[in-house]
Parts: sequence; C-alpha cells; structure tokens
Amino acid sequence: MNEPMLFLPLIALFPFTGFLLNGLFGSRLPKALVSTIALLFPLLSFAVVARAAWMVHGGMLLPMAEVGTPTWIAVGSFHVGFQFVLDQLSLVMLLVVTGVGFLIHLYSVGYMEHEQGYWRYFAYLNLFLFFMTVLVLAGNYLLMFVGWEGVGLASYLLIGFYIDRKSAGDAGKKAFVVNRVGDFGFLIGMFLLIANFGTLNFHQIGAQLTGHVAISGAAATLICLCLILGATGKSAQIPLYIWLPDAMEGPTPVSALIHAATMVTAGVYMIARTHALFDLSPTALMVVAVLGTATAFFAATVAMVQTDIKRVLAYSTISQLGYMFLGCGVGAYSAAVFHLMTHAFFKALLFLAAGSVIHGLSGEQDMRRMGGLRKAMPVTFWTMTAAVLAISGFFPFAGFFSKDAILAAAFQHGTLGKALWTVGLITALLTSFYMFRLWYLTFLGEPRSAVHDNGHDDAHAAHAHESPWIMLLPLIVLALLSVSGGWIGIERFAGFLEPVTGLAPVSDAGHTELFLSVLAVLVAALGWFLAHLFFGRDGEAAEQAAQSLAPIRRLLEGKYWIDEIYTALIVRPVQWVARFVLGWVGEWTLVRGSAWLLAGIVGLSGELLRRWQSGNLRSYAAWLAAGAAALLLFALAGTLLGLNGFADSIHWAVR
Amino acid sequence: MNTSVPADWYLLLSAALFTMGVIGFLSKRSLITVFMSIELMLNAVNLSFVTFAHEWHAVKGQIFVFFVMMVAAAEAAVGLAIIIAIFRVRGTLTVDQIDRMKL
Repeated sequence: MNEPMLFLPLIALFPFTGFLLNGLFGSRLPKALVSTIALLFPLLSFAVVARAAWMVHGGMLLPMAEVGTPTWIAVGSFHVGFQFVLDQLSLVMLLVVTGVGFLIHLYSVGYMEHEQGYWRYFAYLNLFLFFMTVLVLAGNYLLMFVGWEGVGLASYLLIGFYIDRKSAGDAGKKAFVVNRVGDFGFLIGMFLLIANFGTLNFHQIGAQLTGHVAISGAAATLICLCLILGATGKSAQIPLYIWLPDAMEGPTPVSALIHAATMVTAGVYMIARTHALFDLSPTALMVVAVLGTATAFFAATVAMVQTDIKRVLAYSTISQLGYMFLGCGVGAYSAAVFHLMTHAFFKALLFLAAGSVIHGLSGEQDMRRMGGLRKAMPVTFWTMTAAVLAISGFFPFAGFFSKDAILAAAFQHGTLGKALWTVGLITALLTSFYMFRLWYLTFLGEPRSAVHDNGHDDAHAAHAHESPWIMLLPLIVLALLSVSGGWIGIERFAGFLEPVTGLAPVSDAGHTELFLSVLAVLVAALGWFLAHLFFGRDGEAAEQAAQSLAPIRRLLEGKYWIDEIYTALIVRPVQWVARFVLGWVGEWTLVRGSAWLLAGIVGLSGELLRRWQSGNLRSYAAWLAAGAAALLLFALAGTLLGLNGFADSIHWAVR
Repeated sequence: MNTSVPADWYLLLSAALFTMGVIGFLSKRSLITVFMSIELMLNAVNLSFVTFAHEWHAVKGQIFVFFVMMVAAAEAAVGLAIIIAIFRVRGTLTVDQIDRMKL
C-alpha cells in the first residue's frame, strides 16, 4: 500500500482553522497577527493543492477519493458520506480558488487596512474559502450543497460587511433570499436524484448512466431543470441575477473573490460536474444555452450605461457567466471551464484594479468623477489595461482563447447554435465597448471630480495616489495570468479535462475556426473604436449619441426595470400575503390569540384562588379541618361502598 | 378479665377529646388557646394509638406515640416562641387580628 497521500481534507480545514482563530480571538489580536493568520492558512491550502497538482503532473492517476468520515447519513440503503474527490475538474477549480483566493487575501491586507472590523473581514474571507473548497472537493451532491449554502452564507456576511450601512444589509438579504429560490431548485433536484438513482454520489450516478440508461428523458430533463434553477441562483443568470449588482455593496476584494472569480462560477462548475445527466436531456441543454446567451447579452447592454465602476464590472460578470452557460449549453464543458478559469484571472484583476482606484480616490466609485488617473496610478493603469484587453478578447490575451472556444463551439452547434453565436458575437462587441468606456472614463482624459463636486470633498481624481505594494503585487501577478492564462490552448485544456467532462465537440476544419477567431478580434477592435469615438476625447460625442437614443438609454439606465417588475409581481404579493393573511390569521388569531387565552385562564384562576389566601388564621384552620373531614369521608365512603382498592390504599398509607 | 375498661370507652374518650380540640381550634380567639387545642388533638390521637396497640398487641402503636410526643414537644417549643414573637410585634394574640399571613 504505497498510495500517495493528498491530504485533501486539509485543503478545506486550513482556511477553517484561520476562520476559527480570527473569528474567536481576532478582536483581541494585533492587526499584524490577524493578517498573518488570514494569509498563512490560505497559503498552506494553496500549497497542498499545488503539491497535488505537481503529483498529477508527475503521472498520478485521477480521480483520487479521500474519505474523511465514511458515513454521514445512512437511511436504509441510502448512504451519504464525507467524500472528498480530486479529479481534473476539481483540481483546476481548486487552483483557481486557492490561488486567486490567496492573492485577494493579500490584496485585502492593504485595502482593508483602515477599516473597522478588520479581523471580522478576514474571518469571513477564510470561512468563504473553507466552504468553497468543500463545494469543489465534494464527492456527492449533498456535501456540495453544504459548500453551496456555506459560500452563500459567507457571501451574505461579506456583502453586509459594512454593518453601519442599511443598503449593505439590504443587499446581503437580497442576495440571500434570491439564492434561496435557486437552492430550492437544487434541493428538489437532489430529491429527484435520490428517487431515480438512490444515491447522491457523483461517481455512482455517472456509473449508472454509463452502464445502462435507467432514467427516462423526461425525468432527466426535470432533474436538470431543477439543477439549472439552482445554478441560475448562484451564478446570477436570468431570472435570478438581480442580487449580484447589489452585492457590490460589499468591500471590493470581496466582489473580486466571491462575486467574480469563484463563488458565482459554482453554477457552471455544478453543470460541468453533472454533465452526464445534462447530456441526456437536449431540452435542458438548450435551456442552459439560451439562458446563458440571453443573460450575456442583456447584462452587457445594461453595463454600457452604468456609472458606478463596480456595477459595470458586476454586470460584466453576469454577462461573462452567461458565456460560460452558453458553453455548457452547447456541450463544450471544457470550454466553459476554460473561460471560468481565465475569467477568474481577469475579472479578479478588474475588480482589484477598480478597488485600487477606489482606494486611491478615498472611496469614490462614480466613473463620471474620475478620469486622468493614468499618471497618478501607473501600475493600476497598466494591469487594468491587460485585464480590459483580456476580457474584450484581444489576441493573445487570456479571454481571447476561452471566449473564442465557446463561440466556436456554439457556431458548430446546429441552427440554434448559429443564432446563439450571433448574439454572443454582438455581446462581445458590447463587452469590448463598455470595458473601454470604463477604461477611458477612469484613466484617460482630464480629472473630472472638481467639475461635478457636490459635497464629496475628499474625493479628488486630481490628487489620487497609487496603492501600496501589497495591493499592487496581486495586480501584477493577476495581470501576468490574464495575459498568459490562455496560452495553454483549448485543445490541451480540453484534453486534460476529458476524463471528467467528456469529449469536446469535434471542431471543423481549421479554416472556419480561424475565420471565427479573426472575426471575434475584429469585433472587439470595433468595440474599442466605438468607445474611443464616444469617450476618447471628451464626453460630447457620447452625450449626443445618448440624446438621439434617449428612450433606449432610459431603458438601459433603468436596467429594464427588472427590479421594479419583480417588486410588483413577486415581492409585493408575498408581502401582502405575509402582512394580511399570515399577519391576521397566523399572527393575530393563532399566535396572539392562544397566548391571550392561556394567559387569561391562568390570570382568572389566580384571581379566584387569591381570595382563598385571606390571611385569616381561622379560615386556614377551617379549611384544614374541612380537608381532614373530606379525607375521612372519602375513606369511610370507600370502605362502606366496598371500594376495596381505594380503602386498601388509605389503610396502607395510614399503616 | 372483665375488670378492665373496654377499648370502646377509650376510643370514645379519644374521639371526644379530638372533637373538643377541633372545636377549640376553630372557634377560640386567643392564639394560646388555639395552640392548646392542637395539643389536645394530638393527645387524643395518642390515646387512640395506645388503645389500638393494646387491643391488637402491636407495639408499633406505642412507639408511634413516643414519636408524636417528641414532635409535640418540639412543636410546643417552636410554637410558643412564635407566639411570643407575634405578641412582641403586634401587641395582641387575638387570632382575627393576626391576618397578615398572605402574600
């Protein structure tokens, strides 16, 4: 028995230790120690992952399962264990989660330096890493669900981190409640899986599916649709995307880690992980593809008119997640995971660079009050540029390879695929446009904060300063990854993932692919050109264009009024039901009514019994005598009437 | 052995004493008298105990009487102390005026 040990549970347990230490004692520890704890444990975790990756590189066979505790739940023949499984897919995810996660921890040390609740922040961040690694390593749906819920909790805590802001608390609640809707779908999906397969283990379900298809198409579709609902909640897709823009209330590194790089990709990961089931249901795959494409396009249009730098990035994240869904929907799971990885690099970088800008401007997030930061923040500027080029899909940046792979797979996916590809390409144009808009507004032109200054005296784009090195270091590392992350190429990446995600759709001859790639780059360049036209020199051209398209602009600035529609259609009726039906019937009648009734009975009997306690000695004596007489009568009557049992008991008591 | 007094008489005496005790306990106004009535009842019960013990040749009843006497002695000591304390505070031993025994 010379099996190599991977110490998989340690990957999850290290951040958890950090959470416990900082969460329990952090308030009493010096800041330096809190940062050390917060950085050390994710780093250790990353080291374990890196060691595993090295062993896989050295030829170790995957998947490797390491069972922490054999049985968690055992009901009849149904078993769920604490299985941690490492395969190619989870290895990629783990590298991203712990690697990017550690960089963002490092960045946070600089970013959060002056914040209240420093230790609380890092405790939550470590908690998030714990749950995220559990989610990724889980060998069955239920353990995955534990991680799934846990990251939701960590996300809620971190969105509402600024506890003195009501909007932050509201955003946290919104994220939590909207995710509940998705989790409901996930749960129902799990119940259906138990009903159909009798197990929740990924491996066993996969084995049953490959052995003999014991499940009807309709059942597979139903399960998949439930799981899709779960994925749309976590990964912020239509119809449940609405929480993500509001989640920007949290600290910026949190947005980078949770709401861009890792947690929101959990839905994509889940679909890729269970692709065997999705492959059985073309309907479900089509739903995934259409939802993803619609979300990508829709979010990109909204991103074009946002003025808050973080909200642009939030909508951009939703849009890019839509691409990943599109990739999953056309069966190109490896391409989706590829994009997931590169997106984690460049989107984390975008957020961190945006955070650096916000930090340099003492909290200013409105792009209309930025401008001309190129000189003041050179490192931020250049790293941000790399990320913008990467997300727009310029060759040879990372986004080019992954987005290209998804679009190519969509193009080859029949008629529907062609339509989706077209929308995807238009979205690429919009992506390039809004990213360069952000780039121009933030870094080029003249500092504008003095022009619109209305009360925020502390924010001056003219007096911006570069961030400390501890924030710039992660930017540089991520910039290098954003540039080079795609160079591995989709073929080799897909080849690596093949044991998990199955064969990628066969690609056509190289000509089509080359044509598509060139087209994609041209489209991206067109987006840059348009942005340059509108925002390159001054805002006048943009203003004129906006004037001519006023209705569309209002529609976009209102974000299609989706929040308002949801409020009217769902939130209000639910509130009405809660207030009037549950409030009157439940609260007033049942809860308060029964409480009043019980209290009334007790109070009334107390009122009556109170009179008995007169304080008069002779009345007490009389009652005593009466009691004795009654007892005597009772015993006598029992004896006379022949109730022997009773009489015996009296006799026994006396004797 | 017809010379001895029949047991019934003892029991009747006991019942009479007990009834007197109860009546005194309920009707007397002086706390001391009430207290004495209680003692009377105890002794009435003691008498019936002894009678039955003699009648059934069971020594248990006799032993029980010693217990009752012991408890009565202790009760008398405590009771009298309480009565003295009440008198010091209230200046009276009339039962109807001692009506503060409530919450």
